[in-house]
Amino acid sequence: MTQTPRPPAEFFQRDRTWQPRALTPDYKTSVARSPNLPMLSLRGTLSEITGPVFGHNDIDPLDNDLLRNYAKTSDPIGERIIVHGRVLDETARPVPHTLVEIWQANAGGRYRHRKDSYLAPIDPNFGGCGRTITDENGFYTFRTVKPGAYPWRNWVNNWRPAHIHISVFGSGFSQRLITQMYFEGDPLIAKCPIVNSLTDPAAIDQLIAPLDMNAAVPLDCLAYKFDIILRGRRSTFFENRPEGN
Amino acid sequence: MPQPLKYLRESPSQTAGPYVHIGLAPGAAGFDIYRQELGHDMAPASVPGERIRVEGCVIDGMGAIVKDVLIEVWQADAAGIYPHPEDPRHTKAAPGFRGWGRVISDFETGLWAFDTIKPGPVPGPNGQMMAPHISLWIVSRGINIGLSTRLYFSDEAAANATDPVLNLIEQPERRTTLIAQRDTTATAPEPLYRFDIRLQGADETVFLDI
Repeated sequence: MTQTPRPPAEFFQRDRTWQPRALTPDYKTSVARSPNLPMLSLRGTLSEITGPVFGHNDIDPLDNDLLRNYAKTSDPIGERIIVHGRVLDETARPVPHTLVEIWQANAGGRYRHRKDSYLAPIDPNFGGCGRTITDENGFYTFRTVKPGAYPWRNWVNNWRPAHIHISVFGSGFSQRLITQMYFEGDPLIAKCPIVNSLTDPAAIDQLIAPLDMNAAVPLDCLAYKFDIILRGRRSTFFENRPEGN
Repeated sequence: MPQPLKYLRESPSQTAGPYVHIGLAPGAAGFDIYRQELGHDMAPASVPGERIRVEGCVIDGMGAIVKDVLIEVWQADAAGIYPHPEDPRHTKAAPGFRGWGRVISDFETGLWAFDTIKPGPVPGPNGQMMAPHISLWIVSRGINIGLSTRLYFSDEAAANATDPVLNLIEQPERRTTLIAQRDTTATAPEPLYRFDIRLQGADETVFLDI
């Protein structure tokens, strides 16, 4: 199925100093929802290096087109964009045939969710979610509208920068990742306590998608490029590897 | 200067937020968009094994039940085989069994539950067997990076006692945070297990850095 040979075995250790800490008090909800005790560091067993496998029978071709997958009477309102990129691992190897799911607010910053009561209106032609499976070289593409910024209850006047939530599986359950993609040039990024759960500026930069004019479609839509990096898998040189390890 | 080590860095995690359902369980968000949502039916009727139900809730550091949590479940089949090419026995995995499910807490009560088959023991490090267990991955608003843990079964005491992962937990009393308690008062034909996850506090669940 895949043209890319994938070595077996466990994943590189996750860099917990690069990832956000559990407790980030400026993001208030994290205070009561963050574990205090140290995690148990566990070298990957069969349970961690395996994970669910998805195929094209699980999804439909239109699922990655948010301009059309919920359209009732017309395309949704908003700035039309393509979001595209690759899912790679830390060794720059493509992650093929993996499920990528996204969700977002509409162009006015309103989510189609029973719990969202922001005053911006629901767009009758926009659901706000999509999904796709990467190709054999790890590429994925979505078409959507650029989401709007919206206020949220944290400090009195907090606004989320425009963002798209992205969920990726990879080939093992310990690669499982949910993140958010931000847009180049958005002045709200630097002010956001959720963004600032990341302490390394390079980590924040890695979540900001650049405008990609080469992928824009003239007279139709702009494009942003966003590569997603999952943990690499160790190679097993010179290793005694008892069955099942 | 040595040669540069050119590894990419893992994309940083960001919270799944309060509206995770839109992307991963749109029906719960309040709309119908996909032909099929993924992860609802963990073990179709054709999959062999003992039918079980697991239910519980996630509790925060203030003792409040978290009502907007999403949990993903990953487990082996009844023979302890994962339907994944990395498992050397995967061609013998139960047909129709993906091993994966997606569970959300009720917006009003915070309770969640899933129906599955009880997994078998799985080969662990150095050929040691691991007791039957289910891997869980928990995301919600306020959780910056998904939390991993394992669920073991109270009626597998002998296997649990020699489980290499449970035995890595330094304080034996904390091991109990990973053991789902079988409800012996339940009247349903299939066994019911209760598994509460405590994010913080005296009985904090053991989370795994996997």
